[in-house]
Amino acid sequence: MTIYTAAALKERMQSLFATCQGIDLDLAAVTEFDSAGLQLLLLAKREATDAGKELRLLNHSHAVLEVLELCNLAAYFGDPVVLTPSRETSRNIGS
Amino acid sequence: MDMEQVLQVFLAEARDLLEAMENGLLCLEATPDDEEAINAVFRAAHTIKGSAGLFGLDEIVAFTHVVENVLDRVRDREVTMDNDLAALLLRCRDHITRLLDMAEEGVRPDAETQAMGAELHAALQLYLAADAAPAGGVAVVAEPPLSQEPGAGGPVASDTWHISLRFGADVLRNGMDPLSFLRYLNHLGEVVYVTTLFDGLPPATQMEPESCYLGFEIELRSDADKESIANVFEFVQDDCLIRILPPHSRLGELIALLHELPESDHKVGELLVQSGALTRRELEQALALQQVSVGEQGARIGEILVEQGAVHHEVVNAALEKQRQGRDSKGRENCFIRIQADKLDQLINLVGELVTLGDGVNLHAQRLEDELLFESASVLTRLVSDIRDSALVLRMVPIGETFNRFRRVVRDVGQELQKDIALVINGAETELDKSVIEKIGDPLMHLLRNAMDHGIEAAEARRAQGKPGGGTVSLNAYHDSGSIVIEVADDGAGINTGRVRAKALERGLIQADQPLTQQEICNLVFEPGFSTAEQVTNLSGRGVGMDVVRRNIEALRGTVTMQSGEGAGTTARIRLPLTLAIIDAFQMGIGDSSYVVPLEAVVECVELDEPMRHEAHGNDYIQLRDDVLPLLRLRDIFAIRGKQPSLEYVVVVQFGNRRAGLVVDRLFGEFQAVIKPVAKLFGTLRGIGGTTILGSGEVALILDVAALVQRITVRDAAARAPVLAVQRAVSAG
Repeated sequence: MTIYTAAALKERMQSLFATCQGIDLDLAAVTEFDSAGLQLLLLAKREATDAGKELRLLNHSHAVLEVLELCNLAAYFGDPVVLTPSRETSRNIGS
Repeated sequence: MDMEQVLQVFLAEARDLLEAMENGLLCLEATPDDEEAINAVFRAAHTIKGSAGLFGLDEIVAFTHVVENVLDRVRDREVTMDNDLAALLLRCRDHITRLLDMAEEGVRPDAETQAMGAELHAALQLYLAADAAPAGGVAVVAEPPLSQEPGAGGPVASDTWHISLRFGADVLRNGMDPLSFLRYLNHLGEVVYVTTLFDGLPPATQMEPESCYLGFEIELRSDADKESIANVFEFVQDDCLIRILPPHSRLGELIALLHELPESDHKVGELLVQSGALTRRELEQALALQQVSVGEQGARIGEILVEQGAVHHEVVNAALEKQRQGRDSKGRENCFIRIQADKLDQLINLVGELVTLGDGVNLHAQRLEDELLFESASVLTRLVSDIRDSALVLRMVPIGETFNRFRRVVRDVGQELQKDIALVINGAETELDKSVIEKIGDPLMHLLRNAMDHGIEAAEARRAQGKPGGGTVSLNAYHDSGSIVIEVADDGAGINTGRVRAKALERGLIQADQPLTQQEICNLVFEPGFSTAEQVTNLSGRGVGMDVVRRNIEALRGTVTMQSGEGAGTTARIRLPLTLAIIDAFQMGIGDSSYVVPLEAVVECVELDEPMRHEAHGNDYIQLRDDVLPLLRLRDIFAIRGKQPSLEYVVVVQFGNRRAGLVVDRLFGEFQAVIKPVAKLFGTLRGIGGTTILGSGEVALILDVAALVQRITVRDAAARAPVLAVQRAVSAG
């Protein structure tokens, strides 16, 4: 999730948001994560909260964790950030 | 952490990126519409520009900016990538390398470099056409450093700096990543607390993913002065709001800061209401955010809010507590560590000592016949050998990086020689000791140039022989029985053995009647002062070099051979030991002395009993199963006195595809040998590869299997020569 992919990802997320009630984002495959990626997650979280939906981030990759730690945002998202998935996870964006 | 060190990290990373850029560009020359390569090149330029900005390397930023603009247009399909552009960009990449070198030396670019930069810029402008961006980009970096706002109280070391950042919308598009500033602050001091502000994020429909809406409030504990901190943000100061408050700034000053910057640097509540973009409900949400992501710094903002009646004290305190717990439980995780090479060498040395000592302990345990001690000692030996292996693996690097560097060489040399030459790389993932990799670059370069210059024929000549007009050189690497083999092969004309022989004769390197195999003739090219090139070019063919290549490789305990068939191309094969420090060894005894060979070289051991000895008597061969095995009597070779025992052993060793039997008195078995170099005085001794210290404290010589096997070849040749002489005498008579 970087500036290079942000535009495409945003569109994809927006279309998913329009149709879903609860959203699980599997972040396991995120190898690069920059400010643009962070903004997308923040946007998603806010939009979800506004619409009364639930956004869950799963399987944070190292890249994501590093940024959340750096920006002190892990608590804002409020998801458990274990690296080894301990519960059932969806492999794709959406639910 | 001092600035110099961070700069070194930047330089190392930038060089990696430049390499990636070069590889991408070379790809693009071959396949101009390779989108992945375009992106890779763009990313490299983009990142170099961004991080160079952090260090105030304005020349690099200004130059790279234009390169990046051109690349951006290529990405957007406004400009088409072709060979000319790729070549131009390669030159630009070289220019950036030069600028980096100068930055490392701390000198300003000289007139020549500046002229080169201007020339390249002018060439790039053609691709930018009506695009006004480059001029603007250059102007941005020429701005003076951040002017500091008037005194907000003297810095007091006991407290933290407060930094307010609001990034401009275009920061991301300009190649900056706000996160990298945060990371960088960690180098300057200790970031005590960060609050990320994203209240500027517009609703989803209006949010542009490539704009930046982020802001940070940072508490930094650092001894750096205000200017150094300000310098961190030098490159974004123009489109960002940056306010730095010295330590010991209290609540009052913070509030003063808010008032000082009424337009945009507002604290959470005020900003939300004033901007009008957000509703009351969203404000509540923002407050909820404050509740969960609050720390020391947040507490202060919290206080402001409390003052304004927006948040309750208890809430803030609870959030603070919760936050701290979350923070402590997580550590920073990094996948890679850069280590100084000498630290690693020191570790290897220590492991070497440990190995020697472990052998000693083992020996004593065996003598004492204490079962428990013996058991401990064998576990210890196993652990030490594991430690040895892991320590050595630390120094192993894939050879691919070295190989890839030659892509550019092949391209440039090919153009210079006006030959169309492709480079094929196999086995890039083969790992090799770092110290070997560092020293193998030059010999490889020479062999490669030689292959391109002398090996590959001109296109017409190739077509005349029914080969494709474009030549191919390949670099192959693979592991083979404890050695690594690196091949430089071409599909050119091959070595003309007749010409080589004539030349060698002319130079007095061989005798007229010396019988030589095809193989031996090929290897003559490595003799000092040998060159067959009819046309001396500035690339190769001066007759210096090939012998230097061999010397360099032999210094690494390796060998190099040439293999060639006329018209079928030439292969230079370099065989190197995997590591230079510690080996698994096999110990043998003759008289009172011990000798050691690398275990990988040992094929088997057989008894040399009386009947066999009888059979071998007078000649230096025995029949081992179906093969003839040449023998080397180490007792004779090293002139060891003393009585020959009635029972001897033959240790069969192998090097490459040749075998030989070493005749010794006793076999001691395997152990780990730490290789110590032979003192200079004995450097010219053939057959000795080094020394090692045994567990008992005695010194043993490590035999150089390659040289010993070679000895047999020489002996064979010598044995054949008189026969020939006799034949000639007969025919003459």
